[in-house]
Amino acid sequence: MASLQARIAAMQARSLGRRTLPTASAVAPLLPGGALRSGVAYAAPGSLALAMLLLAGPSAAGAWCGVVGIPEFGAEAAGELGIALDRLVLVPDPDEHWLAVTAQLAEVLPVVLVRPPAKGASPAETARLASRLRQRDATLLVAGSWSGAEATLETTGGAWSGIGAGWGYLAARELDVTVTARELRSQHRVRVETGFHLTTAPPVPRRLAAV
Amino acid sequence: MTERCLVLWCPDWPVRAAAEEAGIDPAVPLALVEHGVVHACSAAARAMGVQRGLKVREAQSRCAALVVLPLLPAVDARRFEPVLTALEAGIPTVQVVRPGLVVIRVSGPARFFGGEEEAAGEALHLLAEAGAPGARAGVADGPFTAEQAARAAAPIRIVPPGGSADFLAPLPVTTLGLPALAGLLARLGVRTLGGLAALPEESVRDRFGPEGEIAHRIAAGLDPRRVTARTVSADRDRHQAFEPPLERIDQIAFALKRSAEAFVSALSADLLVCTALTVELVADAPSSASGQHAARHRRTWLHPRSFTPLDVIDRVRWQLEAAGLTAPVVEVVLHPEAVDEAAHHEQGLWGGGPDERIHHALSRVQSLLGHEAVVTPILAGGRLAADRIVLAPWGEQHPPQRSADAPWPGRLPGFSPTAVLAERPRVVVQDPAGRDVTMDERGAISGPPAVLVAPGRPATRVEAWAGPWPIEERWWDAAAAVRLHRMQVTCGDGTAWLVAHDDTGWWAEARYD
Repeated sequence: MASLQARIAAMQARSLGRRTLPTASAVAPLLPGGALRSGVAYAAPGSLALAMLLLAGPSAAGAWCGVVGIPEFGAEAAGELGIALDRLVLVPDPDEHWLAVTAQLAEVLPVVLVRPPAKGASPAETARLASRLRQRDATLLVAGSWSGAEATLETTGGAWSGIGAGWGYLAARELDVTVTARELRSQHRVRVETGFHLTTAPPVPRRLAAV
Repeated sequence: MTERCLVLWCPDWPVRAAAEEAGIDPAVPLALVEHGVVHACSAAARAMGVQRGLKVREAQSRCAALVVLPLLPAVDARRFEPVLTALEAGIPTVQVVRPGLVVIRVSGPARFFGGEEEAAGEALHLLAEAGAPGARAGVADGPFTAEQAARAAAPIRIVPPGGSADFLAPLPVTTLGLPALAGLLARLGVRTLGGLAALPEESVRDRFGPEGEIAHRIAAGLDPRRVTARTVSADRDRHQAFEPPLERIDQIAFALKRSAEAFVSALSADLLVCTALTVELVADAPSSASGQHAARHRRTWLHPRSFTPLDVIDRVRWQLEAAGLTAPVVEVVLHPEAVDEAAHHEQGLWGGGPDERIHHALSRVQSLLGHEAVVTPILAGGRLAADRIVLAPWGEQHPPQRSADAPWPGRLPGFSPTAVLAERPRVVVQDPAGRDVTMDERGAISGPPAVLVAPGRPATRVEAWAGPWPIEERWWDAAAAVRLHRMQVTCGDGTAWLVAHDDTGWWAEARYD
């Protein structure tokens, strides 16, 4: 009975009348409702590639995206995963102003990806930001843990293909993702692909290939 | 119909301007280069065999002591401006052909000074006083003949009225500055302007078109071009002096408020807006008695739309923060680097679109964190992960220097790393026996990597690896040279790393997570 109630709760939307955003097909099955929704927060701790895939759908559909507090954000990979770089704004090092900057960006950008510092945000700050998101109809993606997230997409592992003991290169990848949408937990496997394919592997020195 | 012209020519003006700008003695062998080719050179360099059109390497082999500077047309023009102003104080209606070469309609000055030679002498005197000694003057019918006269002058050459054709006749056709036409004429056996002028006009028009017709008229001493004096644009610079000098940024920003408003409103009164602004900060000289120069800090700021007074003050504030001036500021100069018609920047009747709101919000973030804190990524070319992205501050255009479309052999195929580690953290790579993996001179590793220890993470088992792939870039430049080997490794925890090995050991270039 309890598990049935949990399933019903997960299938019901927490708030009514929210828009859904265009979502990349690779990550759509992970999300409750099958798409990103505006006005709420999603947490994706662990994998930046997964966070980029979440950004890719709205960005490819014409939305401006912001990235706050991730100095190592690989913009080239973001471009390969489908994010439009000419509509991408980075604030790499906001330091202690990260919450103010995120709120400021959420005012105008439909999707903002943020990585909170280790200290995190206090419950009051989280609630204030959540109300700002609801008010401006913006979506927050958090590369870390976030209380009150619509769904938490945790990367638990993955597998690489195209590379072996001394040969090949990183060509394709699969991610194991555990999705926690409130009480419901589910396991998924996502294939991460880019449009870049090479027919031949880069040359490997012969002596090394023999190792 | 051909009017009498006075041409004033300052030989090697670009060289002199560049030498003054760089603080070099113009007497040393000096060459200005553009696209790897010598564009102008000083007399000392010319004496050593350097000439225009030579490749830099060839020029350097002829003159080992050659100082090579880039050609900066803006510097030429800026250095020529005071000279021009001084000349115009004595003789108005001056047309600038290029910095260092001006044309004056001579009839007025000749009447005033009592003759063409006297007018030319007066003009040379004015130039010498304004800091351009050694200029030459030529007077003739039409600007082209006058320029050739100036080049042949020592220091004044007067070609009498109607004598242009005779003066020009022995000059080669290459002096016309039309290489395609000159090459064709030379192959047809016409090598001098006299030969060109001797051809029937109709035939020249039929064979060479309008360009040939004009060249023919010029060669015949019937230069149809007229002198149009330059119009001096109003000085829109705004100087704000502080007495006593100010030290604190907020004081300067506050004191500058009225100046910034006046700066923008003066432009908008002429229906203009400023889209690029140069701010110059002048710091107090440490001790004015010792004759030391005041420290100056210049920087140009671009704006995606147009500067409002608040934007101007923000730029000054950021520049003050970044400049690191040690002495208090005595003066701030606002100079509009580029202006545009205000009509192109008006908001629509119903307000701006969504981009307007985004720009305002991002500008606010910039005021909070600084200009460089909000960036947009632009793809660039390169082999290292960090080289492949250029981060441009919001509001500035930075066309990348390295083309992303070039093949860049040696760049990694497949996935780009999702995390580019600019700080290059040290990592430990060990083989199955627990020894550190080393690399020999030929780029071979001492054993297969088995364990990777990245900072802040527990040691993880290496599941698969590939490489090493060598990179050797810019070996000819010690400061910019890159020599390293890269490997991709995947770890037991699902992450993958791009690790590099150079003289300093192993470090992580990027992470795939």
